[in-house]
Amino acid sequence: MVEASGTLTRRLLLWLLLAPALVWLLGLILLPHLDLALLSFRERTGPGEYAYSLAQYRTFFAEPLYWDVFVRTAVISLIATAITLLIAFPIAWTIAKLTQGRVSALLFAVCLIPFWVSETVRTLGWMILLRETGVLPGVLVSLGVTDAPVEMLYRDATILVGLVYTSLLFMVVPLYSSLESLDDSLIEAAYDLGGNGWTVLRTIVIPHAAPGITAGCIVVFMLTLGNYLTASLLGGKNSLWFTEQIYTQFITRFNWEQGAAFGFLLLLLSSLMVWIGLRLSGQKFADVMSRS
Amino acid sequence: MIPSLPRPLWLRVATVVFVAAFLVFLFLPLVTVAAFAFNDAAYPAPPWQGFTLDWFTGDESKGRTGLFKDQELMGSILTSLLVAAWVTLLSVVVGTTNAFLMERMRFRGQGLLSLMMLIPLVIPGVILGISILAFASRVADLLGDVFGWEAEFLRPGLPLVVLGQVSYLIAISTLTISARLKRFDRTLEEAAYNLGASRPAVLATITLPYLRPAMIGSAAIVFLMSFENFNTTLMLVGADSPLTVMMYGRMRDGATPVLNAVSVFLMVASAAIALLLMRGGAQGRR
Amino acid sequence: MSAPQDFDLEAKSALKRFGTHTAVDSLSFGVKRGSFFSILGPSGCGKTTLLRMIAGFIEPDGGDIEIGGRSQRGVAPNRRSVNMVFQQLALFPMMSVGENVAYGLARRGVGRAERDSKVRAMLERVGLPGAESKRTDELSGGQRQRVAIARSLVLEPTLLLLDEPLGALDLKLRERMKIELKQLQAAFGTTFVYITHDQSEALVLSDQVAVMNAGRFEQVGSPQELYYSPATPFVAGFVGANNRIEGRVSAVHGALVDVATPEGWVVRAQTQTGPDGRKPGVGDAASAFVRPEVAVLGRSAAELDLPPAAAPAPVHEGVVESLLFDGANSAVLLRETKTRAEFRVALPQTGRYADLKVDERVVFSFAPERAVCFATGGHG
Repeated sequence: MVEASGTLTRRLLLWLLLAPALVWLLGLILLPHLDLALLSFRERTGPGEYAYSLAQYRTFFAEPLYWDVFVRTAVISLIATAITLLIAFPIAWTIAKLTQGRVSALLFAVCLIPFWVSETVRTLGWMILLRETGVLPGVLVSLGVTDAPVEMLYRDATILVGLVYTSLLFMVVPLYSSLESLDDSLIEAAYDLGGNGWTVLRTIVIPHAAPGITAGCIVVFMLTLGNYLTASLLGGKNSLWFTEQIYTQFITRFNWEQGAAFGFLLLLLSSLMVWIGLRLSGQKFADVMSRS
Repeated sequence: MIPSLPRPLWLRVATVVFVAAFLVFLFLPLVTVAAFAFNDAAYPAPPWQGFTLDWFTGDESKGRTGLFKDQELMGSILTSLLVAAWVTLLSVVVGTTNAFLMERMRFRGQGLLSLMMLIPLVIPGVILGISILAFASRVADLLGDVFGWEAEFLRPGLPLVVLGQVSYLIAISTLTISARLKRFDRTLEEAAYNLGASRPAVLATITLPYLRPAMIGSAAIVFLMSFENFNTTLMLVGADSPLTVMMYGRMRDGATPVLNAVSVFLMVASAAIALLLMRGGAQGRR
Repeated sequence: MSAPQDFDLEAKSALKRFGTHTAVDSLSFGVKRGSFFSILGPSGCGKTTLLRMIAGFIEPDGGDIEIGGRSQRGVAPNRRSVNMVFQQLALFPMMSVGENVAYGLARRGVGRAERDSKVRAMLERVGLPGAESKRTDELSGGQRQRVAIARSLVLEPTLLLLDEPLGALDLKLRERMKIELKQLQAAFGTTFVYITHDQSEALVLSDQVAVMNAGRFEQVGSPQELYYSPATPFVAGFVGANNRIEGRVSAVHGALVDVATPEGWVVRAQTQTGPDGRKPGVGDAASAFVRPEVAVLGRSAAELDLPPAAAPAPVHEGVVESLLFDGANSAVLLRETKTRAEFRVALPQTGRYADLKVDERVVFSFAPERAVCFATGGHG
């Protein structure tokens, strides 16, 4: 607002503002993750004695259970992300372009409501709906579809439903904001120049919405990959989800070195996917994140 | 596609059906949870046994422990509120200083720093939790070995839960508050300065009131996200469980409809916060 | 010349550089107490920098600025008895009209009761009685402007700075606000320093106008002086409409010279001492400036109705290129018959010659004493 009045006070102010940011980023993000990496390259050789080694990572690759769970988690997360995108896109499109004014605002608000309520509550709802003594199996019996109640929990499909449900908001919002900014006259012009629904979608709408799509997919993938609650409750007592392996190593077995290695592998996978997502859509990290 | 273009009938019907199905999908679990909070049965499962408020008000005399008599649950709600209050305070304060740092200061490494501020948003919550858990323990060990201090607050417990949640919620408050500060018309500050206000007075009477809607908005979001957080919290809890962790434990064991009652309570509370926020937002736009 | 103590604002070799660019080039001038002083110049001439220097937002690199006779070196903007009306007004959107006007008083620690009564009185004086509780976005553009002025004047500043406050208004409102501003200034008697790129605002409003170009004042004078006796070619071209005829001096007749264009058209004008202190001599590159309303038009030489002048006025021939109807400001664009040089003549208010047709042949003339000529370049 005014030229620097005294560089000394200005420097002091800079450091005052810089201090909380540095404490946060160094103390809570950078150093803990460096420490986690160090921890994962350590092996207990005796009581209170440690040596650097790759033992934790060797265990991961040598034990098929770990490796399988890792791949399974990644694949289900990818599928969940894809399904979420397919469901959320028409909804975002409807809110952004097919409806106007109050209807559009109302629909948008209604879509947000469930996410004001805790994930625990939503998962509880699915459990009551899907378990053997629950609502949906009962309905199926009374409709004559099945003879006896079917256990609908603890299946891969159930985990997918739960993950997609939990992720919808994080896909709808960035999609909506990127579709909303698309000028209607561009679509009209494309039709006027002889395009049809499919070509307009492919050549006008999707390129314009690419940052929103990327942002949504990155966030949803990251959230499903790191999900613990939905996967462990809908997936059953020994659902094979990678965050559960981390929890088991860290909290149950108190094997922090192994848990750190698992955590680091998950972080690596999640970062890799973020990077691939950005590369595929040609977006910048900062642009994408400020949209989500 | 857009209102100005003709759409075939089947497409319009399909759209309506799809949106309706979507809404059913969205609200089915919530409605179910809410309904079974009032079912007069020992477990939240069909069939419908009649309406009761036992799961809110019941006590030993009825053989059912209702929400308000369930010391453990009520305690965990208080714990969650306490954690959320601290997390909100820290996130909004640091989010505001970060906004001024990024929008008003120019220094070397600023680009890198602004990128760093986004990183916490793409780290899975479980990993934030374990890395902070491990690092805090190491620091506590170090303090114990070198100075003989017993840094109890660095062991699993509520202070660590606060730190864990703050580590990514600051990123959210920083984004919201910076976005509003970026849109601020700096001539308003010049005008105030020109009218005789001191620098602190300009900040207090012009800039902060302008930022207030963003600060309130991010406070509400951060409060809610803290209250609902599970992944990070699970890794860092000690003896006192916040509500989500408590509910999770009971859900694994198969719980009574008292959990449904808590859920109804949470829905009402969230709705209240949402309404407050919308009113605040309406005032902020003026 | 007034005594220095009569000045509310005095700049002494005020200098501001941005890198290699000199925005304000060692300016010295004084603004008399209670006067309306305008700084007129194209965008980028340094007028905004000068204004922000007076307000204290920019520290000068050299020289000094005195307000009310006191040096402002090292005085922060919030400690100067100068207030400013910003280009976009900068009314505080989170405050009511009353809170906006009371803002400066509250910062001075004026008590609530006194503040309220001052605000009420001030809003009445600017013609917005009882508007205290209104929101600023409920006001019209003109009302917002008055709030911005009231907010400053309630502090009784020595000097009120106005940064093109009319720029954002539409044409009709701008005309009305011009009159309102002049009346407000007369009523309050506060010294106004007004910057603008609109010469009509500067001419209508001001007691004194400084024409600024490239960090310097080309001329400081009353609006009449600027209009009728421009001191430099820049002022002649910038203030009011002017026909500019460039060429070389072909003959000198006392105070009058003939300027011949490269195509061979010769016009006669009064010589003026240029900024370099030189008058044009034979062979010098020169520019003659003729105002459209100085020239007269006729279908034949006999019809030309020239005011009595010391020297005979040469008569020129032309054809009508286009008619520019604009009510009282209507004009006709001609081309001189032989050289096709463009020349603009104002049409008389009587409506005579309203029936001119494109391509019609006409004659035109102007009194050489009312046209000015500057030397513009080297001798050749």
